[in-house]
Amino acid sequence: MTGADAEPAPIRVAGLRSAFGEHLVHDGLDLEVRKGEILGLVGGSGTGKSVLLNTILGLKRPDGGKVEIFGRDVHDPDASAGIERRAGVMFQGGALFSALTVGQNVEAPIHEHTALPNDVVRELARLKIRLVGLDARVADQMPASLSGGMRKRAGIARAIALDPEVLFLDEPTAGLDPMSAADFDQLIRSLCDSLGLTVLIVTHDLDTLHAITDRIAVLAEKRVIATAPIAELQHSEHAWIKAYFNGPRGRAAEASYSDERRTH
Amino acid sequence: MSAAAFNIRKCATGRILELSGDWSSLTLGNEALELERELAGAEGKTELDLSAVGRLDTAGAYLVLKAARRTLSSLPPGEAGKLFALVQAAAEESAAPASPTSLILQFFGNIGRGLARTGEAALNSANFAGRLYVELVRAELSPEKLRKIALVHVMESAGVDALPIIIVMNFFIGAVVALVGTNLLASLGVAVFTVQLVGVAVFREFAVLITGILLAGRSASSFAAQIGSMKMNQEIDAMQVIGVDPYRALVIPRVLALLIMMPILTFAGMAAGIIGGFLVSWAALGIGPLFFFSRLQETVSINHFWVGMSKVPVLAMLIAMAGCQHGLAVEGDVESLGAEVTAAVVQSIFLIIVVDALFAIIYMELNI
Repeated sequence: MTGADAEPAPIRVAGLRSAFGEHLVHDGLDLEVRKGEILGLVGGSGTGKSVLLNTILGLKRPDGGKVEIFGRDVHDPDASAGIERRAGVMFQGGALFSALTVGQNVEAPIHEHTALPNDVVRELARLKIRLVGLDARVADQMPASLSGGMRKRAGIARAIALDPEVLFLDEPTAGLDPMSAADFDQLIRSLCDSLGLTVLIVTHDLDTLHAITDRIAVLAEKRVIATAPIAELQHSEHAWIKAYFNGPRGRAAEASYSDERRTH
Repeated sequence: MSAAAFNIRKCATGRILELSGDWSSLTLGNEALELERELAGAEGKTELDLSAVGRLDTAGAYLVLKAARRTLSSLPPGEAGKLFALVQAAAEESAAPASPTSLILQFFGNIGRGLARTGEAALNSANFAGRLYVELVRAELSPEKLRKIALVHVMESAGVDALPIIIVMNFFIGAVVALVGTNLLASLGVAVFTVQLVGVAVFREFAVLITGILLAGRSASSFAAQIGSMKMNQEIDAMQVIGVDPYRALVIPRVLALLIMMPILTFAGMAAGIIGGFLVSWAALGIGPLFFFSRLQETVSINHFWVGMSKVPVLAMLIAMAGCQHGLAVEGDVESLGAEVTAAVVQSIFLIIVVDALFAIIYMELNI
């Protein structure tokens, strides 16, 4: 809300190099996520999407190049202090702490970083659980008793516990049935709109890509070969991008999405 | 970031609530509670003025709504309004807190639950043992179906790899027995009986117990953890679907491996214990090797050796069974993996001691 133009891009990756021994995963990779957008990250298996995500999150050290969140170097311990308060992450399986109830899972980051009284923290956690479309009673259940979809929702509730400015989602709709996946897309879109989030989604779900992303970054040949809205990528001449978006599944997703737009 | 603050201004219809600073979870402390107290008994309408607010997030919106909901005239326009609407839709009218049960009830409840669980555990163990015997007989009837590679692998990891630690531990136990015995027996003037003491203690009890306890800590835990994480990973389910019996593929090789390896390990332990005792006797009493071993042969009957060895297969079964049974009992979460691995070790050590005591009583009555 204050001087958005003057701020640097929330997430900026420049000249990233990652290697495992002799095997080079990224070489000279550049990526920029703009404020308030939902950026999808796609790439074939083994192109290092997870490695890239882990590097951006500061979990893995790059072998070259730089990752900045809010203009601060993620891998410099002095500069990166406090970033975790402004960024939320949902891991693929939810990664809920299995020893805690769902409610306590969502409370954990709030307790860690705020000075709010305990009962307010509890209420806020329940609010977040309701926000992601779960029943408030789920708060008292253990993660092990939840279904995969509920676990993902609880994972998002924990990720947005502190109202982060950037949100990382790793395969948010993988393993969900189509209705739940569509609900999930809506949920992310509405959270993003009302909370003003910047979102980076790693996904293979073409429906998600069509429905909610503003731009898509394509990972191939050890770098980001294109970053553009999906409509542009569909007309790309690059062989892999063409195959990805104009394959049978890509066309089906596009058709259903444009139908949807016509009926609404 | 600036601290949150509020100011209430009276007007014709009621009051205007002016918020300033950052109303976000990171900056809020007790301001929200003060605001709630301030508005607790308020009459008339409340207008919101958010023009001086920096950052507003769901936590801020929720707390403002909670304090002012009763009297709020309308939601503010624009971005902030959307946020308020979102929070209002999700906020529950009343979070029904679970009524806490009384402490006395909880106390007796825990005792009852513990008893029921113990009974259940005993039943499960019996169940598992029964199934295991059936499978063992079946494996004997069709030895070609035995997983020989798995068997040899477990024999190596649970048996051969344990050899160094078992030898070292037994060596020290033998040495300690000799040291304590020498001092005690020398004061009675019969220091030479140290040889007999070391022989009987090591053959009959110590080598078996020490080997058993080490294997319980080393193998029961690893069996439980291995099988348990396979269970968590749905590998056991996958086996069953493919038509591989998890008992035959996982349990039988482990049980057989310990049954084969533990006697060998115990034998090595006995030898190490005797050598430990001998070295101490030599150093402390000057009993040379020739005298030590001839005296050992004369005074310690071979029965002591067989008594010790006779317990080994039983202990091997108990250790392997406790490990495998608790591994298979693991459920989907990490908590239960930890609990079952602990249970496997505790149960097997407990059973080792109890069974050893039973053996001691039986052999005493039989005068062996």
